[in-house]
Amino acid sequence: MSRAHRAWVLPASLLLAIVLGLLPLPQVLQPLRPYWLALVLAYWVLEAPEHAGLGLAFIAGLLADLAFGSQLGEQALRLVVMTFILQRFRARLRFFPVWQQSLAIGALLLNDRVIGMAVHLALGVQPLPWSYWFAPLLGMVLWGPVYVALDTMRMGAWRKR
Amino acid sequence: MPTYASSPAFRGGDLVGTLRLLAYLAISVALLVLDHRGGWLSQARTKADVIVQPLWTVAGLPGRAVRSLHDSAGTRTQLVAENERLRNELVVTQARLTRLQAAAVENNRLRGLLGAVERGGLDVQLAPILSIDLDPTRQRLVLDAGSNDGVRQGQVVLDAGGLVGQVIEVTPGHSIALLLTDPDHAVPVASARSGVRLVVYGTGDSGRLTATNIPLSADVQVGDALVTSGLGERFPAGFVVGEIVALQPDDSRAFLVGDVRPAAQLDRGRDVLLLRAAPARPAATETVP
Repeated sequence: MSRAHRAWVLPASLLLAIVLGLLPLPQVLQPLRPYWLALVLAYWVLEAPEHAGLGLAFIAGLLADLAFGSQLGEQALRLVVMTFILQRFRARLRFFPVWQQSLAIGALLLNDRVIGMAVHLALGVQPLPWSYWFAPLLGMVLWGPVYVALDTMRMGAWRKR
Repeated sequence: MPTYASSPAFRGGDLVGTLRLLAYLAISVALLVLDHRGGWLSQARTKADVIVQPLWTVAGLPGRAVRSLHDSAGTRTQLVAENERLRNELVVTQARLTRLQAAAVENNRLRGLLGAVERGGLDVQLAPILSIDLDPTRQRLVLDAGSNDGVRQGQVVLDAGGLVGQVIEVTPGHSIALLLTDPDHAVPVASARSGVRLVVYGTGDSGRLTATNIPLSADVQVGDALVTSGLGERFPAGFVVGEIVALQPDDSRAFLVGDVRPAAQLDRGRDVLLLRAAPARPAATETVP
């Protein structure tokens, strides 16, 4: 029973993250759009490593590429790299207080921006404007709320057992 | 080295993890390159877009709700004011249309005298824009109409101002339009004043197009309106693309580069028009609206 619940929360949260990424924002706020999918995936990699690994990151990235219309494989690559780093530091990150986790997530999101820019430059696609480099800051701030929200969702699902 | 010593099993796990990372990275890079080149993967991608259609529909719901809320919650005074404005616009537009119709009739007569093939009327279809944001590096629009509504790949997208772009992907319920401003987009145009033919490229910046390789001797000025020339047979001739707002010499100093302001409103509007039939067939009875 609990397994069924868990299996339901994980894909639902990832799909929700993609939908949040698609929601229309005013032109001014668009550069600040946090990378929801990365935040949600980071939660699952830290908290449920037996379900969320490189394979999940790759598939979620491909789905996001299709949904956002970006180059196929771009977000898959970015998320796989992020997941790999998270897996390496998982043991330490899990016992950090939330604000320290936020800093780490911020650094990962910044790294993600760098990878994205590298991919764009390598393919000769126009890179994003500079204002988009503020998005990791917002992602950092949102890590706490996302963590708590997903935790309650998962725990709530557990308690229903 | 005691500090370096970890259990062999752990090191084995490390190695497997790294290998898996490399494998996934290799697949991602292969996909990136293949998708960037175009070809079969792009076609497969169009098919795969069917999977994400429900996501688009869900993400488009708030935009749709806001729109219907705006429509239904408008106060009486607002509606009266809007009605009046629209009525005034209609009068002006109709006056213009009458003048254009006179011109069109005369044009048809002259064409008849010249024995040239006549241009038919416009057959267009209204398609609502699904308000969702795609990847900001690419200038795309998702339309809330797909192959079920008769949308085909390659259809020309217009709005009240002029050319918007073309349909590049069609799924049963949605379609994706490539905007003029996408860096991958090019459209053959002609200056409405002098007839000089140019190619206008997107810049990736909504609100700016660029016309490169203009010969120094060409009769092109700031303020020239650019219309599609019909070369390349993708865009029928005569649709307004934009206006040249600046001209400067390019890096080689042998050609000019023109900044073009698009005529269409390329930020998120409400609806666009899809050109259904290329107006190439002779149609004597139809009038050009």
